[in-house]
Amino acid sequence: MPPADLLHRGEHTLTVCNSCRYCEQYCAVFPAMERRLTFSDADLVYLGNLCHNCGECLYACQYAPPHEFGIDVPRTMAELRLHSYEEDCWPRPLARAFRRQGALTSLVLAAGFSAILFAATVQLNPSALSPGRTDAEFYAVVPHGVMVAVFGAVGGFVALALGVSVWRYWRRISPRGTPGPTPRALARAVRDALTLRHLHASGPDCVSAEEARAPWRRWWHHATLGGFLLCFASTSVAAVYHAAFGWEAPHPYTSLPVLLGTAGGVGLVLGPAGQWWLRRRRDPALADPAQQGLDASLLVLLWLTSATGLLLLALRARTVMGPLLLVHLGVVLALFVTLPYGKFVHGFYRLAALVKDAAERDADGSV
Amino acid sequence: MNTREHDVVIIGGGNAALCAALTARAAGARVIVLECAPRHFRGGNSRHTRNLRVAHSAPLDLLPGDYPEDEFLADLLRVSGTTNEALAQLVIGRSSGLPEWMRGHGVRFQTSQRGTLHLERTNAFFLGGGKALLNTYYAAAERMGVDVLYDAEVENLEVDGGRFGGAVVRSGGRAQGIRGRAVVLAAGGFESNIAWLREAWGPAADNFIIRGTPFNTGRVLRVMLDAGAQPVGDPKACHAVAVDARAPRFDGGIVTRLDAVPLGIVVNALGQRFYDEGEDFWPKRYAIWGSLVARQPGQIAYSIVDDKVKGRFMPSVFPPIEAGSMPELARSIDVPAEALGATIGAFNRAVRPGTFDHATLDDCRTEGLAPPKTHWAQRIDVPPFRAYPLRPGITFTYLGLTVDERARVIMTNGMPAENVYAAGEIMAGNILRRGYVAGVGMTIGTVFGRIAGEGAARHASR
Ligand SMILES: Cc1cc2nc3c(=O)[nH]c(=O)nc-3n(C[C@H](O)[C@H](O)[C@H](O)COP(=O)(O)OP(=O)(O)OC[C@H]3O[C@@H](n4cnc5c(N)ncnc54)[C@H](O)[C@@H]3O)c2cc1C
Ligand code: SF4
Ligand code: SF4
Repeated sequence: MPPADLLHRGEHTLTVCNSCRYCEQYCAVFPAMERRLTFSDADLVYLGNLCHNCGECLYACQYAPPHEFGIDVPRTMAELRLHSYEEDCWPRPLARAFRRQGALTSLVLAAGFSAILFAATVQLNPSALSPGRTDAEFYAVVPHGVMVAVFGAVGGFVALALGVSVWRYWRRISPRGTPGPTPRALARAVRDALTLRHLHASGPDCVSAEEARAPWRRWWHHATLGGFLLCFASTSVAAVYHAAFGWEAPHPYTSLPVLLGTAGGVGLVLGPAGQWWLRRRRDPALADPAQQGLDASLLVLLWLTSATGLLLLALRARTVMGPLLLVHLGVVLALFVTLPYGKFVHGFYRLAALVKDAAERDADGSV
Repeated sequence: MNTREHDVVIIGGGNAALCAALTARAAGARVIVLECAPRHFRGGNSRHTRNLRVAHSAPLDLLPGDYPEDEFLADLLRVSGTTNEALAQLVIGRSSGLPEWMRGHGVRFQTSQRGTLHLERTNAFFLGGGKALLNTYYAAAERMGVDVLYDAEVENLEVDGGRFGGAVVRSGGRAQGIRGRAVVLAAGGFESNIAWLREAWGPAADNFIIRGTPFNTGRVLRVMLDAGAQPVGDPKACHAVAVDARAPRFDGGIVTRLDAVPLGIVVNALGQRFYDEGEDFWPKRYAIWGSLVARQPGQIAYSIVDDKVKGRFMPSVFPPIEAGSMPELARSIDVPAEALGATIGAFNRAVRPGTFDHATLDDCRTEGLAPPKTHWAQRIDVPPFRAYPLRPGITFTYLGLTVDERARVIMTNGMPAENVYAAGEIMAGNILRRGYVAGVGMTIGTVFGRIAGEGAARHASR
């Protein structure tokens, strides 16, 4: 569980809010809070992930610091979120990664993986990097079997680690005896998560500073999430092509995997870049300084993945294809290994919190 | 800014002040707002509010049903007793146009009220509350080019025979003069001036908690009364509710209220009960408990409940004082143990059987006890026992400046001042003489803020 002083602050904050309720129509956190009179530790980490840090309730609060009540809901919720990631992380000792990430660590990691791939290729497959190669044959550089083995193993681990962590979190916030999700609630939560509904909820938009509302935060986030999903779809389609039909990469520019991947890549170049720009302009009071690195790391790796991917696509019939492929794969590996221990997990924790919220609303008949 | 000429000087930085500033600026005047508080605590008591009352003859998008002007007036008169009917009618008549005007400046409202205090038909709730409302107004003022000076306490006014010349402002440790062609006084009441409250309440005032801003010291009100303005309203009256005694001295706002009272008994420092805790639902009664507690020794009382009613009321933001036995509890709250024991014993013996239901005026009551407890009376016998200390919490004062329907301050000779206007709490006593009707303070401030801003701008352009 989060440290006692954070739990205490969380409870104090929500107790004050529950007596006040002025913010009840900004987001889902306040109605969920109003369903309770007291706040258990599990309630706190649940509500922490229900907050999407729109910022409204900080500026609206008559008790915000320097008032002696010191109510800062966005900050408190952000800290609770980070603790929930760490607490339910699997395997547990890797939880310390959450506080060690940053733009630099992710660059080093990507460079490291690329270097290993280079070394291995030079050792095992020297002809792959020879000049004059213009055949766009990815598998001549890294054999298909090797790619499947490496990314299959890493991807499998990522899925397992994420699955176990989120399941632990779900058990924590939904102890036995609390309402479980109905199919309807589940469907609603998934829909809300994918459409980023809450980023649209409280009237127009999130705030980046007092009385400064703009749609950018949600647009960039849409670009990132959409881009990610499209890239995921592209890879999945390509895998099916390969396994079921024996159609191997490189695929033509007009093929489904390339079209999906290109669209996704563009989203993943624009989205993270936009989010990076936004982070730098947003009022720092809205963020938890301990999580700056966490955000930066994911944004950098997503951007590098898509940027190198698009470059690879454009230059795949050129001599640089070989080295570029190795760099791209190195970046993707760095992204993969940090997924379960970085900002990426917020999507799943948040989905779990949305499922719980939908289940509670179902149970008490509110919509 | 010093060299800059201003047409309209606005004193105060709460709702009434900002409504006047926006209106005067929209009419073309060069406007300066002098706010005593630092930027972070700007907005006076308005930053603690949540709604305003709006008459409407047909459903509005944010208010269902209708709320005819007659009904509004009747609600006002029922509480206030008397009023300046012309001014009251003016406020009520103009209230229906307020949401649209406010939205024009970017104000956002809640959509449905989900039954909060049963005010959903009559009151429009600000999304995010009063501080969010003020943030929106200040942002609009900045966009429109209103000058705002924070940390700017008006110490004196140059008012001669009803004619305003300038204001003396202390800002950053030094005094400066601000001149203008007209002034709008929107500096609230004197509720945070303990010395002044002592004039009415004696030393008891030292134990009062002020629910709102520490900056409403009544300085401007005093200067105007000394300059020959006609007072209105009971000079000694203030609106007081019972709040948790551990609330901050100032600015605790609405969260310091205590909802436990009807579920237990309340004793004073001598361990004695002094009023029927179950007379009516708490939201209808908490306002009288302020003055009840103010009349107890040391201005302190304790709400005492047992474990049976845990979870039946919104917990205080301060933890209860808890004990396994009544003598132990008496020691923790420094009340004589025998006296408290006797009070609890007598109360428990007087409780008649009934069906407890805290959502209705149930039939659980005492018999043969003085004072009685007429609803929700249950024996206090299941430990642990819990106590919450209570003190009077002052919301606002009633004394103000007499104004006419153009918001001009009336002087003792009966003539309106030439270029001195007033809006908000500083003149609310013309309309609300006692008690409180939820949301009426912000309605008065918004309507009169606009009237004052318009009048001041027009005067300045002459
Ligand atoms: C906890 C609480 C909750 C309330 N809730 C509601 C509600 O929901 N609805 C409602 O209608 N009413 C409510 N009220 C009443 C409401 O606050 C007032 O009716 C309203 O805010 C008055 O507005 P105003 O602009 O006149 O005064 P204020 O908002 O109090 O503003 C006065 C301003 O004058 C400034 N000032 C004072 N002296 C000087 C000086 N010498 N020089 C310069 N500036 C000075 C202050 O700093 C402040 O900015 C509530 C009151 C409290 C305390
Ligand atoms: S954040 Fe502040 S204004 Fe909003 S509900 Fe909580 S205490 Fe009230
Ligand atoms: S920051 Fe936004 S989402 Fe988070 S609790 Fe406040 S209003 Fe809700």
